Amino acid sequence: MPQTMVQKILAKAAGKPSVEVGEVLEPNVDLAMSHENAALVINQFAEIYNGLGKPAKVWNPNKIAIIFDHRVPAESKKTATNQKKIRTFVAEQGISKFHDIRGDEGGICHQILPESGYVMPSYVVVGTDSHTTTHGAIGAFSFGIGATEMASVWALGQALNIEVPPTIKVIINGTLPKYVLPKDIILHLIGKISAEGANFKVLEFHGEAIRNMSTSGRLTICNMSVEAGATSGIVPPDEETVRYLREEAGYKGEIDMMQADPDAVYDQIVEINASELTPQIACPHTVDNVKPIAEVEGIKIDQIVIGSCTNGRLDDLQIASEILKGKKVARDTRMLVFPASSRIYQEALDKGYINDLVKAGAVVMNPGCGPCLGVHQGALGDGEKALATTNRNFKGRMGNPVSDVYLASPAVAAASALTGVITDPRKGVN
Amino acid sequence: MPKVIYKIEDDISTDIIYPGRYMATVLPSETPQFAFDDIKDLNKMLNDEKPDDQRIIVAGKNFGCGSSREQAASTLKGHELIIVARNFSRIFLQNSINLGLRTIICPDIEADTGDELIIEGDKLKNITKNKEFEVLPLPKARQAIVDAGGLIPYTQNILKQRQ
Repeated sequence: MPQTMVQKILAKAAGKPSVEVGEVLEPNVDLAMSHENAALVINQFAEIYNGLGKPAKVWNPNKIAIIFDHRVPAESKKTATNQKKIRTFVAEQGISKFHDIRGDEGGICHQILPESGYVMPSYVVVGTDSHTTTHGAIGAFSFGIGATEMASVWALGQALNIEVPPTIKVIINGTLPKYVLPKDIILHLIGKISAEGANFKVLEFHGEAIRNMSTSGRLTICNMSVEAGATSGIVPPDEETVRYLREEAGYKGEIDMMQADPDAVYDQIVEINASELTPQIACPHTVDNVKPIAEVEGIKIDQIVIGSCTNGRLDDLQIASEILKGKKVARDTRMLVFPASSRIYQEALDKGYINDLVKAGAVVMNPGCGPCLGVHQGALGDGEKALATTNRNFKGRMGNPVSDVYLASPAVAAASALTGVITDPRKGVN
Repeated sequence: MPKVIYKIEDDISTDIIYPGRYMATVLPSETPQFAFDDIKDLNKMLNDEKPDDQRIIVAGKNFGCGSSREQAASTLKGHELIIVARNFSRIFLQNSINLGLRTIICPDIEADTGDELIIEGDKLKNITKNKEFEVLPLPKARQAIVDAGGLIPYTQNILKQRQ
């Protein structure tokens, strides 16, 4: 039977030759990731073993990753105490893939996992974070779950009652024009199929624009697949995947280059021509409220944010510094930059990007989720507008229900920082 | 009789249900106070009023979209609400099932605040409007978790069998 990527991965994980869409499986998990919400997972894990008369030991401490990123350094005593509780648990259980608040190896979970070589093609990855879809960029089936479900995975090493999802094939051909970026592709796709267009389904990405895209761009696209409701985004592995894993993640072992069958059956096929795309903006307050930049140019912006698991990587900082170098952030606009990991921060320092951004007036913060989810750092004032390279613009997302968040690429964010209004980077900024 | 206490629009995100600023509060016993904290009248109603009738929130499509934060399910479970929506976002629906929050998928629901609803099997009856609507069943695999009383007892049963 011809199989999609997710069918093949789940068949392998469930020890079957093939699986059908809708079939219920208990696949083995290759990697189980949590961030600070591990505090709740630990609580639920203890509940599972409460009264069972068995030692509460995780199934495999080398397959669990815990990365502090949502509130780093801690914004409150409550967070700090949660983080302390997690450190104790990590030590007790011998969890090896733990990234604490550090300037050498810390960062956002969805950047740490790929750059550390923790995710491989054909893996089943679960994470207590909705943007776990990110790791499909490496060719894994990677999806978000809740804390209780994670506690169950910690106990069993399996994800329970997983239905094999149908797949939407997204074919992106053509070549992206200058200053039109992978972020514009995924925003356009979400606008086209809606915020629930891929609910309970997988988005599998094909086409020459994907094949010619760096892993960084693929991470952006898979990251935001969840904003169309997708269980996971997935890019079949290719030479670029191998290059990334060898050169950037330092992985030396074997790589399973599992591919979808050419005659696999898809739920739907969506085609996009990258050559025709313009910069896209997701307007308040839903991610599928997407407009071409021409319709929103000139809107006054109070805060620019470049960063997050969506667009806080080296190429994102590079394009921002290219646009801002030797110039100044507009006086009535503030600009915050959050590199996605310590490694990216160091590389951006070495290449001079950070220097260019700081001299232009940007405030460069430590790696982490920053203001994306409105917990600490960079909250908005009443009635203010932000333009961010992050992934969500829901009401209240950036800490204030009476503010607006626009989502865009790092090129749009940098160009808009110079003018203080939404600006098309293709038009040149002086 | 179960009564609709609030009607809410499409695409209600977990940021609306349980704002990010409370994410450091994780225990199900502590989350209910922050339910819909940015919709002040609803939050106040949930915390201050304790009617005898079971309380229903009627939503549109894609309820629970966004973050996987489980607090969004535990905060509503804490108030023993029933959520009726045209459909639910995947992770929220799974979290609700895992924690035992009642989620009713009713694609054609018509109901307003104050309406009385009866939900039986695959039918939802709006007594006030005298209309009946189809309720979609949970997928079989998920019903098994509901029948076990949630994911914790379900997982415990599996661990016991493995002894």
